[in-house]
Amino acid sequence: MLAYVLRRVFQSLLVLLVVGLVAFAMFRYVGDPVENMLGQERTQADIERLRQQLGLDQPFPVQYLRFLEQAVQGNFGLSYRQGRPVSEILVERLPATLELAFVSGVLALGGGIGLGVFTAIRRRGWAANAIMTLSLIGVSLPTFLIGILLIYLFSVELGWLPSFGRGDVVDLGWWSTGFLTASGLKALILPAITLGLYQMTLIMRLVRTEMLEVLRADYIRFARARGLRERAINFRHALKNTMVPVITITGLQIGSIIAFAIITETVFQWPGVGLLFINAIQFVDIPVMAAYLMLISVMFVGINLIVDLLYYAIDPRLRVDRGTGGSE
Amino acid sequence: MTDMADKPAAAAPARPGRLRAAWRSDFLYSFRRSPIAVVSFCVVVVLVLAALLAPLIAPHDPFDPGTLKLMNGFTPPMTPNAFTGDSFWLGTDDQGRDVFSTILYGMRISLFVGFSAVLLAMLIGVTLGLLSGYVGGWLETLIMRIADVQLTFPAILVAMLIFGIAKGITPPEYRDQMAIWVLILAIGLSDWVQFARVVRGATLVEQSREYVQAARLIGRSGPAIMLRHILPNVLNPVLVIATISLALAIIAEATLSFLGVGAPPTKPSLGTLIRIGQEYMFSGEWWILLFPAGTLLALALSINLLGDWLRDALNPRLR
Repeated sequence: MLAYVLRRVFQSLLVLLVVGLVAFAMFRYVGDPVENMLGQERTQADIERLRQQLGLDQPFPVQYLRFLEQAVQGNFGLSYRQGRPVSEILVERLPATLELAFVSGVLALGGGIGLGVFTAIRRRGWAANAIMTLSLIGVSLPTFLIGILLIYLFSVELGWLPSFGRGDVVDLGWWSTGFLTASGLKALILPAITLGLYQMTLIMRLVRTEMLEVLRADYIRFARARGLRERAINFRHALKNTMVPVITITGLQIGSIIAFAIITETVFQWPGVGLLFINAIQFVDIPVMAAYLMLISVMFVGINLIVDLLYYAIDPRLRVDRGTGGSE
Repeated sequence: MTDMADKPAAAAPARPGRLRAAWRSDFLYSFRRSPIAVVSFCVVVVLVLAALLAPLIAPHDPFDPGTLKLMNGFTPPMTPNAFTGDSFWLGTDDQGRDVFSTILYGMRISLFVGFSAVLLAMLIGVTLGLLSGYVGGWLETLIMRIADVQLTFPAILVAMLIFGIAKGITPPEYRDQMAIWVLILAIGLSDWVQFARVVRGATLVEQSREYVQAARLIGRSGPAIMLRHILPNVLNPVLVIATISLALAIIAEATLSFLGVGAPPTKPSLGTLIRIGQEYMFSGEWWILLFPAGTLLALALSINLLGDWLRDALNPRLR
């Protein structure tokens, strides 16, 4: 077990180092950092001095190590476009994205498990069939089209919900939250549905397949024979055993939720890090792009690591097997 | 020399024979028996033909400013314009361009980018997959580690990043011209991993077969064995992935263009058209948005369904 954990941690660090190399190469070779930092009126002496000051005259490995050292401390330099420290901008934008991702994740998990169980139990009902057909369309619809359709329906036609922005936010120290105001909550609904819908259909289909499989198992038949109530069988016996793959997939989907937040945030002009990233690409703001890349890879790699470790914690069979295998 | 030529020649007739048999019996039979496959195939063929023949079909060329009348702007579908009396099948956009024509030309760009990107991904993926499966050793470790790292991140994110870097490298005055090629590069590079993994797996299986060992024994070179012997036998899964990748690539292209990091407004793809249409959604000009969106959906959905069917049809275990 310990050997396994160590190996996974080592692999994760390796991935981060590679991503760091990509981010560093972007800084160093896409456009000239010196040109971007100095104005039009510059002399050769200015350029030389800044190159020395930034350490650009050092050999490549030294520069890379210095970059990593700075990155670990959260220092990614100044945004070319806004002239402010990138870390400051990121911290300012992060709460919006995390709140959106959290709500969509809860929506996807809750809705996905609920509908999955429903469609598995009422397999032949018309409602279950309708949900399954709808989910097929949901999987094929690109995220941005879902967002546009929702805006068209609920903002333009019905006028119920706002089509862009976060509404009013409340500042709690460095964290600004939209959870505490009515307009903030209202503004959250459409983006959260847009972002969570794809993951919801995915989880729903997974839960349904797993449930159908488990419901055929012998121990379910025995539970029925013992005269247990349907509810107890479905939820306490069947659902519990479908949870292992669901947790794995959900964990991995958190990463895609953060990535797809870029699209949702652009559709709804949601002021999070995703919108920041898209704007950075449009204006070739390399420090912001590199910092976003590092931030998101830390999240991805971290989530993957946690999911892998959770997998072993949840499923006792794996723990016993690997545990003895690892210690010997 | 004659001995060497003898062996592949003996192996060769088996392949066309099997292919022909598959085309004549199982493959076409399962195609005929699946209404979803037939319908989606027809939709794809109609849309691709419409895109290819756009200059012949389109009522006018949306890229020729001479034929445009600004007075025709925002004409609703099937209703004569209040000023000029011109009527348009699917209405016109803000600049008086016929929406039907812009969709046809937009689909050309979407399909071109999609096909080229998948081709690029396939080329890279199949080459690296064959190499890592056949050569093995540190090369395999290196390629598969890179694949693992890339697979940690969603393809669309990788594509955005490549697009951003490529945009930073190209000089500003060429950026609009190069956008389409950069887009192909970005989507292609973000999607090769699938191909490489599947081809590597299949190559590992094929490599231990007798015909490969025989080819080795008679002294055929490594590249010849990979290209002439192994490649034809691993093409089935590649074809399936390519079809599903095409749908994904078209959606990825539309997404990037919609986000403003793809095809420029001077060369609008379906995604760019949707981006333009979204701006007019709030003022009630729904047709500028709805028709390109519907076309994109029909295209992506039918290619997807076709891919699903192809996967089942080519899967020997399901036959």
